[in-house]
Amino acid sequence: MSKYKLIFNGLIKENPVFVLLIGMCPTLGTTTSAGNGLGMGLSTAFVLICSNIAISAVKNFIPEKVRIPAFVVIIASFVTVVDLVMKAYVPSLYASLGLYIPLIVVNCLILARAEAYASKNNVISSMLDGVGMGLGFTFALTILGGVREILGSGSIFGLKFIGDNDGMLVFVLAPGAFIVLGYLIAIVNILKKKA
Amino acid sequence: MAQLKSSLKNMLISLTVIPLIAAAALGGVYQMTKEPIELAQKEKQNSAIKEVLKDKTAKIGKEVEITLDGKPFPYIIFPAQKDGKLVGAAIQTYTMDGYAGRIDVMVGVDAEGTISNYTILSSGETPGLGSKLADWFKTERNNQSINGKNPEKNKFSVKKDGGDFDAITASTISSRAFLGSIQSAFDAFKKYKEQK
Repeated sequence: MSKYKLIFNGLIKENPVFVLLIGMCPTLGTTTSAGNGLGMGLSTAFVLICSNIAISAVKNFIPEKVRIPAFVVIIASFVTVVDLVMKAYVPSLYASLGLYIPLIVVNCLILARAEAYASKNNVISSMLDGVGMGLGFTFALTILGGVREILGSGSIFGLKFIGDNDGMLVFVLAPGAFIVLGYLIAIVNILKKKA
Repeated sequence: MAQLKSSLKNMLISLTVIPLIAAAALGGVYQMTKEPIELAQKEKQNSAIKEVLKDKTAKIGKEVEITLDGKPFPYIIFPAQKDGKLVGAAIQTYTMDGYAGRIDVMVGVDAEGTISNYTILSSGETPGLGSKLADWFKTERNNQSINGKNPEKNKFSVKKDGGDFDAITASTISSRAFLGSIQSAFDAFKKYKEQK
């Protein structure tokens, strides 16, 4: 696969959220606003790219039978790095996402890419796969967060365009996440059929 | 290079070496970020204190921890002084009764205990419902605002419970918890003044 295709693959064709349907917990939990979705997506993308690079670099030193614990240690280390760095340098973002950062460790998207891709391919391809999947995840979370924020609180990226108390609250709550995600997946499927 | 065989020796080595490297790297990052994290937290606390105090020019004295009977954690009082006299305080208070557990609040009072302002330090309340705490109780509308009120004269609970304040629509539990935290802050402040 060409480099361009590798990135495009994660972004649209095998979008982790809309097509592969993995990593649903943070997807539904953190996307109460476009900003939160973007922040969560970028943190996950960072961890994914780093862990893909690290795992494909050391894959030959890890005996097959213990690969899962080894992968989890590597992933957890990068997550802790993100956690500490975010706490230190962007405390405002940490205030809204801090709760979810440790959950990146168990985001199956990252372990799935480590297992299915990084442990079988070279460093460059694994990195590009991480970039594509990470961007796809970020893209999906931002769209999902944006739709929920527009419907639920009447604002986008925190900019209000309708008055107070006029949003449809259900979209900010958990049921709204499921409803919006369902419709978005349906739309993506229609677009894919046409293409 | 071919993949290492899953022999006992190889597994032991890789499961020792990988965590060791990870631990060393994390130790390094921890050292690097330790100071900025402390600074950021201090910064947050200081700006919260500044925000809630009425007299912005007052000097903030050394904080005092006050424990109340039946409450699990101490309340932290930052006394505000002017010319050696107590003109008020910022009180870091909390409640464990929020809809999503603990809520931390910084509330400012004058020397009599009249509330000047408050700010939410951390809470896990439902976005769009309980999270309205951040502004609700300082908005001057109907019986919402607690600013300028004093727990000596006003009953700090929601209307439903016979109190003086309007609860947030559809978030009575959060409102109840919040007003409770203000009441405890006031109790702690009273105890602090008695101790002096």
